Amino acid sequence: MAQQNHIRFLLNDTEITVEGAKATLTLLDYLRLERRLTGTKEGCAEGDCGACTVLVGRLANGVLRYETVNACIRFLASLNGCHIVTIEHLRGEGGALHPVQQAMVDFHGSQCGFCTPGIVMSLYALWMENSDPSVGQVETALQGNLCRCTGYEPIIKAALAVGAYGSPARDALSVERETIAATLNGMQATGRIVAGPQDDMAILPVDAADLAAVLGEYPEATIVAGATDVGLWVTKFLKPISPVVFINHLEELKTIDLSADMLSIGAGVTYSEAENVIREALPHLSEYWDRIAGWQVRNMGTIGGNIANGSPIGDTPPVLISLGARITLQSMEGAREVPLEAYFIDYGKQDRKAGEFVSAIHIPRPKANQIDAAYKISKRRDEDISAVAVGISVTVDAAQITGARIAYGGMAATPKRAAKAEDALVGAAWSAAAFDAAARALAEDFAPLSDWRASAEYRLLVAGNLLRRFHLEHDAAHEGPARLAAV
Amino acid sequence: MKDRQDIRGATRHSIPHDSAAKQVMGRAEYTDDIAEPAGTLHAYLGVSDVAHARLRSIDLSAVRAAPGVVDVLTAADIPGVNDVSPTGRHDEPVFPTDAIEYHGQPLFAVVAETRDAARRAAELAKIDCEVLPHATDPVSARDAGMPLVTDPLKLERGDVASGFGKAAHRVTGRMVIGGQDHMYLEGQIAFAVPGEDDDVVVHCSTQHPSEAQHMVAHVLGVPSNAVVVNVRRMGGGFGGKESQMNLFCAVAAMAAKKLGRPVKIRPDRDQDMTATGKRHDFVVDYDVGFDDTGRIAAVEGEFAARCGYSSDLSGPVTDRALFHADNAYFYPNVRLTSRPQKTNTVSNTAFRGFGGPQGVVAAERMIEEIAFALGKDPLEIRRANFYGDGSDDRSLTPYHQTVEDNVIGRIVDELEDSADYQARRKAIVEENAKGGVLRRGIALTPVKFGISFTATWYNQAGALIHVYNDGSIHLNHGGTEMGQGLNTKVAQVVAEAFQVDFDRIKITKTTTEKVPNTSATAASSGSDLNGMAALDAAEQIKARLVQFAAESRGVGEDAVRFVPNHVQIGDEVVAFDALVKEAYMARVHLSAAGFYKTPKIHWDRAAGKGRPFYYYAYGAACSEVVIDTLTGEYRVERTDILHDVGRSLNPALDKGQVEGAFIQGMGWLTTEELWWDDAGRLRTHAPSTYKIPLASDRPRVFNVELADWSENREMTIKRSKAVGEPPFILGIAVLEALSMAVASVADYKVCPRLDTPATPERVLLAVERLRTEGARG
Repeated sequence: MAQQNHIRFLLNDTEITVEGAKATLTLLDYLRLERRLTGTKEGCAEGDCGACTVLVGRLANGVLRYETVNACIRFLASLNGCHIVTIEHLRGEGGALHPVQQAMVDFHGSQCGFCTPGIVMSLYALWMENSDPSVGQVETALQGNLCRCTGYEPIIKAALAVGAYGSPARDALSVERETIAATLNGMQATGRIVAGPQDDMAILPVDAADLAAVLGEYPEATIVAGATDVGLWVTKFLKPISPVVFINHLEELKTIDLSADMLSIGAGVTYSEAENVIREALPHLSEYWDRIAGWQVRNMGTIGGNIANGSPIGDTPPVLISLGARITLQSMEGAREVPLEAYFIDYGKQDRKAGEFVSAIHIPRPKANQIDAAYKISKRRDEDISAVAVGISVTVDAAQITGARIAYGGMAATPKRAAKAEDALVGAAWSAAAFDAAARALAEDFAPLSDWRASAEYRLLVAGNLLRRFHLEHDAAHEGPARLAAV
Repeated sequence: MKDRQDIRGATRHSIPHDSAAKQVMGRAEYTDDIAEPAGTLHAYLGVSDVAHARLRSIDLSAVRAAPGVVDVLTAADIPGVNDVSPTGRHDEPVFPTDAIEYHGQPLFAVVAETRDAARRAAELAKIDCEVLPHATDPVSARDAGMPLVTDPLKLERGDVASGFGKAAHRVTGRMVIGGQDHMYLEGQIAFAVPGEDDDVVVHCSTQHPSEAQHMVAHVLGVPSNAVVVNVRRMGGGFGGKESQMNLFCAVAAMAAKKLGRPVKIRPDRDQDMTATGKRHDFVVDYDVGFDDTGRIAAVEGEFAARCGYSSDLSGPVTDRALFHADNAYFYPNVRLTSRPQKTNTVSNTAFRGFGGPQGVVAAERMIEEIAFALGKDPLEIRRANFYGDGSDDRSLTPYHQTVEDNVIGRIVDELEDSADYQARRKAIVEENAKGGVLRRGIALTPVKFGISFTATWYNQAGALIHVYNDGSIHLNHGGTEMGQGLNTKVAQVVAEAFQVDFDRIKITKTTTEKVPNTSATAASSGSDLNGMAALDAAEQIKARLVQFAAESRGVGEDAVRFVPNHVQIGDEVVAFDALVKEAYMARVHLSAAGFYKTPKIHWDRAAGKGRPFYYYAYGAACSEVVIDTLTGEYRVERTDILHDVGRSLNPALDKGQVEGAFIQGMGWLTTEELWWDDAGRLRTHAPSTYKIPLASDRPRVFNVELADWSENREMTIKRSKAVGEPPFILGIAVLEALSMAVASVADYKVCPRLDTPATPERVLLAVERLRTEGARG
């Protein structure tokens, strides 16, 4: 296992080797400042506007998969063995515009044009995956792309029409697929990569055991999977994070195991990678899943990262806690398992010892007598951080509530169970009165903050109303829709 | 000539934006994409971390010592005048010397070898100051005795006291209207390249190159002729680049001249949003008297605005709020006053509509109040109060301009029909009566918007056209391209004038070297002004070509006609480029500067009387929403729009403006919230915290039509009307529909008084309030 200090990747059609890449050099700065590929734009440097959207192709179990990512918060050093595709690479047959580009022109999809390259890249990724999308699928693909000029209507029309402009099978990335995969295969590291100076060092372990070894050597290292949060520490807060251990390439952390009673997900599995199994095993999370960030962030961000960073407003912890999830923490010393709710000790403090990393999440599958729901409240429906998020899991036997696990995000310094509300439910008959009592009990469970996302008053009110919604939605006697998604 | 094809790209044709192909390929060049010359340095602003303080000193030693730092600029480095106030009030220093007036105010600039180094160093200053009490909103600022930033305006007509005296009903209330960040995708940027003598060239993203030029000259202490400002295109402007680039241009130019090296400055998104102005928030206190039919007898209103620490454009913005506080309605007796309130916040500025939307939304609140008080459909109240057509006694505005071109009645009638408003409203009322968790609302709201700069001298424009001897045409004008398609429209006008294909015309960057003393591309006036100026230039060259053609062929000038890509001279048809070549050989002058000034307008601000607007643009929107009364979440189910652009220069571009403006207006009134904490710090300062609409927020059904029968009765360019700002106001239909849905929980007996932005939180809290008030009965 020879250690190397360089990374290799394919940029459009050029093979590139970068010696000593700094850990915090973003893909966007690399493209714009070092390669002068200025088609990719910086709009926010926090992964929220999508003007910097590029495709990253990577080998997953030997299969080449392309995904949109935000170049502004993606670190170059994490892209060893990947294919980076920028707007400059798009071309149609015979020197014409690419089908996506031509449709955007024909439907007047650009005005100021600054968001346009990013939007073209998102629509390109969508078209390759699905050249006959529904309006809803287009909207989902564009969750991570802001346009301030057009109001989106012409862009949606272009996206719906692009299938008629050309077939993805004839696109360069399809035609050259085998060659590209072979090239990337040849670029995979055979040993640990250590690059960059001491104060900005990037380490890419060769496997999970090596990750444990690296953390043994550098217990205070910053572990980075999708960089969707840590990226902002660098681009917005100028925070030193060296040494950085990148783990997004580790196949062992990307396993998904579904059994009759348990879903286990590797900590390195992205939201997008988990999407199918979530829909299958935990269908009540389907709609919720689509509302976690935007497409680019779901392509980068991992469930493990969402948990490990300990945010009080992460989208997955409340719903996972309500399901009774447990996590595995691993280190040189071995592995241990803790209930997820016990992992969050206080604001900014988690039960993760130096040298440990979260390696997997284990989610018990709902039982037949269990009713589950997940709700998220935010100022804007899509690509917004929740003001309040809740996972509700209620067990009902013969019209009696025999169990309740309710966990909220946005209501306290950590994702937290509503013990008093649970108490109000357990033992009560399934009824509006029981849920009213639970809603009122929330005032004893939580004293939320007022901030720019919501006032304390609204948080408490809406948190209670979500319990009332849960009752209405699952109550046989209730007629009519109980929420917007139902109509 | 009937067999000859028409030219490509004449006016009225929906040709794509001239940069569309470049934009989709990522090859359209923005300021940050310009190749940097060797030795380029990067500047970054160091800012205050308190909202109000007496500044004692700034210790910059750690900044200077930081890696990569080349220099630090403070107020002491300013060779000319330390001021970038766009209205000449000298209240906006580049860097303050004694007072910090808002959180995030620029105090100095670091210049370093890289932008990253400059950013990091800018954090290292030690600021010694005495913190003072601060006020961030107009009400608390007034209570604290803070001054106005500029003279208020009063508009008065009729006898307000007797109007109220005779009115059967009277309602007073207060509306709090939130501001809005521009959230242009391309942030502020300036890139200065020093030249010989006093010269400096500044590439930047601005709607107002001439102002940037004059400001740079003013700060450098050099004449304007030493400064060149260039703008090829902006990645969005929306008013946020009308005056806000002054500081960035001045800093880049100062550094470039001091150090003799090119200097670029580009704030990150957070600094862009905290250190540049926004749409003005307003607190409106209104008092309206009306009769049993809902007809208004008298209106009194005070419009207090969060102007920020300096005047910037707050004077004309608050003026325009008053000019639009009538929307499309006749107020027989009216008194409107503005209160441009100083606050300890960033100085607010122009934003699409320029105060007009805030005036209109207040007018619509009063309409709602009347409707709820009388138990009627707000649309009925709207109709009862529409202006007349100029021939009656109901056509005079509060500023004593007669509305002569009113088409709002027809627009509203047609939209009511095409949107099936009455039947849908009836169905919604019936459905809401069932008392479900989800409630619906529908509203049809009109817009009348005055077109012209109220600063009358701004209504002028210039253009420059060269016809080269190969027949290719170079077009330049004083307007700037920010996505609205101005360059495309102006080129269409020129193509049509010469009867040549659109692609024969090269559209070039806006530069102060070619057209001097331009006005901001603002007030929706871009095509009106620059289209006419370009047409004037084209007509001058054409006249010379006609004279030459007639003389050379010995025919009368009336026998010379420009036909598609050719010129007919008597019986002879000559290709355009052949005639141009001939004309060149005969020493005909093939270049012309065009000029235009808007006729008929005048305004006496002191008297509050005049004709500030050349004409009005009209439109209406009908929106249906559904709200969740448990959470306040909502969705826009359908929107129908009928908008008046006169005879459209380019229907596709105009429709794009209407759709985009509507969504932006909807965002202003729904999810876009500016939130300051107790320390006076803006906490919604990037797209992660400040939420503009996404694709999934647009109406589920969205029908947008232009009123194809409309023609500007004034002699505007091709009888078109301005389109940039008016449709922004159509977003109010969403707010009013939300209001109806909320009102349903109290059987429409209580006006919800939904303040803006109507976030899910405000909607839910209004639902709760109405349930309580409705129960009290």
